[in-house]
Amino acid sequence: MSARRPRIAILVFPGSNDDRDAAWALSALGGEPLLVWHADAELPRVDAVVLPGGFSYGDYLRAGAIARFAPAMEAVVAFAGDGGPVLGICNGFQILCEARLLPGVLRPNASLSFVCRDVSLVVERTDTPFTARCEPGQALTIPVKHGDGCYHAPPGLPDEQVVLRYSPGENPNGSERDIAAVVNADGNVLGLMPHPEHAVDPLLGSGDGALILASLVDAARERSYEHA
Amino acid sequence: MAEQPLHRALGLTDGELDRIRGLLGRDPNDFELGVFSLLWSEHCGYKHSAPLLRRFPTEGPAVLQGPGENAGVVDLGDGWACAFKVESHNHPSAVEPFQGAATGVGGILRDVVAMGARPIALLDGLRFGEPGFAFDRAVGGIGHYGNCVGVPTVGGEAVFDPAYRENPLVNAMCVGLLPSERVTRARATGPGNLVVLYGATTGRDGIGGASVLASQELSDEDEDKRPTVQIGDPFTGKKLIEASLELVEGGFVESLQDLGAAGLASSLAEMAGRGGAGLDVQLDRVPLREPELEPVEIMLSESQERMVAIVAPERLAAVEEVCARWELCCAVIGVVTESGFLRAFHDDEEVGAIPVSYLTEETPRYRLETAPRVLAPPSEQTPMRAERAELLALLASPNVRSRRPVFERYDHLVGSRTVRRPGLDAAVLRLRPSLRGLAVSLDGPGRAAALDPRAAGARAVFEAARNVACAGGRPLALTDCLNFGSPEKPEVSWELAETIEGMARACEVLGIPVVSGNVSLYNETDGRAIPPTPVVGCVGLVADVRAVPGAWQQGDAVLLAGGEDASLDGSEYQSRFLGGPAGRPASPDYVAEAALIHFLWRSAARLSAAHDVSDGGAAVALAELALHSGIGAEIDLGADALDWFGEGAGRAVVACPPERAETLEGVPLRRIGVVGGEKLLGASLAELRAAHEGGTP
Repeated sequence: MSARRPRIAILVFPGSNDDRDAAWALSALGGEPLLVWHADAELPRVDAVVLPGGFSYGDYLRAGAIARFAPAMEAVVAFAGDGGPVLGICNGFQILCEARLLPGVLRPNASLSFVCRDVSLVVERTDTPFTARCEPGQALTIPVKHGDGCYHAPPGLPDEQVVLRYSPGENPNGSERDIAAVVNADGNVLGLMPHPEHAVDPLLGSGDGALILASLVDAARERSYEHA
Repeated sequence: MAEQPLHRALGLTDGELDRIRGLLGRDPNDFELGVFSLLWSEHCGYKHSAPLLRRFPTEGPAVLQGPGENAGVVDLGDGWACAFKVESHNHPSAVEPFQGAATGVGGILRDVVAMGARPIALLDGLRFGEPGFAFDRAVGGIGHYGNCVGVPTVGGEAVFDPAYRENPLVNAMCVGLLPSERVTRARATGPGNLVVLYGATTGRDGIGGASVLASQELSDEDEDKRPTVQIGDPFTGKKLIEASLELVEGGFVESLQDLGAAGLASSLAEMAGRGGAGLDVQLDRVPLREPELEPVEIMLSESQERMVAIVAPERLAAVEEVCARWELCCAVIGVVTESGFLRAFHDDEEVGAIPVSYLTEETPRYRLETAPRVLAPPSEQTPMRAERAELLALLASPNVRSRRPVFERYDHLVGSRTVRRPGLDAAVLRLRPSLRGLAVSLDGPGRAAALDPRAAGARAVFEAARNVACAGGRPLALTDCLNFGSPEKPEVSWELAETIEGMARACEVLGIPVVSGNVSLYNETDGRAIPPTPVVGCVGLVADVRAVPGAWQQGDAVLLAGGEDASLDGSEYQSRFLGGPAGRPASPDYVAEAALIHFLWRSAARLSAAHDVSDGGAAVALAELALHSGIGAEIDLGADALDWFGEGAGRAVVACPPERAETLEGVPLRRIGVVGGEKLLGASLAELRAAHEGGTP
């Protein structure tokens, strides 16, 4: 018997770019992706939500600042409040911060320049729905590509909420404390600047992003059994 | 100063005005004169270059669409096809590099979308006087547009030469994928079908861009021309791409056409011309971004992010629904007729009526007067000892140094297809879910072009194809952008003719067609023309992306494949150490060049690495491979500068396990060393890297 394919919503805003990439990657890793239009006020029945990368609303005003008002975001807030796993990648991370589902804010890179390259990351926590397949302290190679990825943490952000850090000397954007991924206090909403969906097919470079996305598929599958 | 007549202000000659009068049998009104001036400009009408362009082979078994459409299309097999084209945006980029480059990217994206294809790659050929503010702004503009619309920028080149200081070149190439049975053509057919304009609103920007800016020389007074440069909005561009693809995939449109140079005037005339139909357009129905535009301004505006679709009346509601969902303006502005006229109305009043064929077929054709130039003889090649310091200096020179700082400002990964990233020869995109791939490159000649234009033309074609072959791709077809000075000068015309001859011969010997392209003439400032600059894009098919050559491995044999007749004339070495380009570069051996390209893609699966020998010669190619692979090699190139730094012979460096080297055949092969160690040609990898990347060891 094959394992159930859990349904995972991928929000599509005007200007989302990595929505199809995320759908392809999640599908390859055993999920059933559903593209959900930003104007829809309700989510279909899903077991996880992904906010993909891109330039929603052209990053006008401020990255993620307009997308947070999309009708679908109200449904995402409710889904997260119910304990559902929500993953925001790059622009998705920016939107989650703007929506106050995650602490802190993403500022323009310290270089003031867009940067696209592979970076080395260190896994700080493996007890999240997004990193369960990783080993503590494991090094992952996953690309970044962003202009506004400099994470500014609120004062007193506990270390427990830092899930991934850039390896020493690898910080591409000036993020405080080398933070690359942050989880909320409840542990079910994660934002990260690197793009795991671009590191699933080893022929394209690294396959390390599959560990993150497959962890999410696992968590979604578990939730689908609980809610069956 | 006396006011000049309107037609001259619009860039038309007195003779051209007489021709218009003769065709119409009356005086054109000002509206009609404006339309003629754009359609008959060099940029739209190719009035100087069209006869020469016929020299290119344009047909082949894989060609689904040759020149004459928004982009060329070739069949890839497996039900897929690829649409691609390169286009210049030189003059706007000279006046305003950021927006000029950004809108160049936007325009070429829409050309590919108009064929019904999803854009999957961008490449950019940049030529500037020196690295600096203007170049940096152009790179910024490309990233601004390409990153935001979610199309990866995977390649291109940056060349620096003082000859481009006043007249930089920005050539943008886009490659798109589409199902091979869905090639969409920009033809207005079916009387009664509706003309639908969708996308951004129309404003006063970019009016006269094609005629005034792109088809005349630049001068000190170009400050005034800044308003003729368009402003790009990549967010709207992204929505336009997605909406257009939905329209095509849904089968809602008969055809699509980008609005580029000369705006509605050229788009409508070209669609009607290709479809053999007439069009009536109601200009007052065009959604405007500012009030009170004159009819002629609406007709000629080059506002960005707009497309025209021909829609059957019963599918209009579906088209409107798609545009509304993507929050784009959408308006029925006209109808296809049988009249053969392009007729424009404003508030029900006819403002102009011109037979379509006068605009598209009766464009003046000028016989070019050519003045051959005697080529300089080859320089005396006196033996000179190659020095390690020279290699390091060449690696650090602006034309050779690492392009990483440029490519890292571009998203080259979106789409999840990029198997081979930018930096070495061609990029490779996986044609998921298959293991096949598309290799893409964009190349122009270096400084040698002015010394021998025919050789430069051939070399541009060979280099583009060789780069694709080094990545394991079998070259399928080409697109080209011809950047030259004023064709009204006999010496420039000769350069143009010679370059085209060299390119055409190279295409013939390779057996691959040119399926799309663009001509950018009048690249002159204060009477000084740029050197002949043919920029060639090549797409090739990779049978299995797992076999794309990458890094060389410990113990590999290193071989030099291809010709022996390198020269220092026209080389980077000559420019750097011997006082500038002089003499005559090596003449291409057409048959040997073709054999090398064939050898490279056929052997790719057996090679660990393959890299084209170009700027800086074999020594630089070896250094680049060593740095790419992170391991050095014991190499014996001899001691002479010609052997280290000579260019133009049509060569590649290849590496493979020694036992496999015996199986390679088809071209002259010379074993020059073995992979291993931390050094290359007397320099440590750290020194090489510091030179190439601009850091300190």
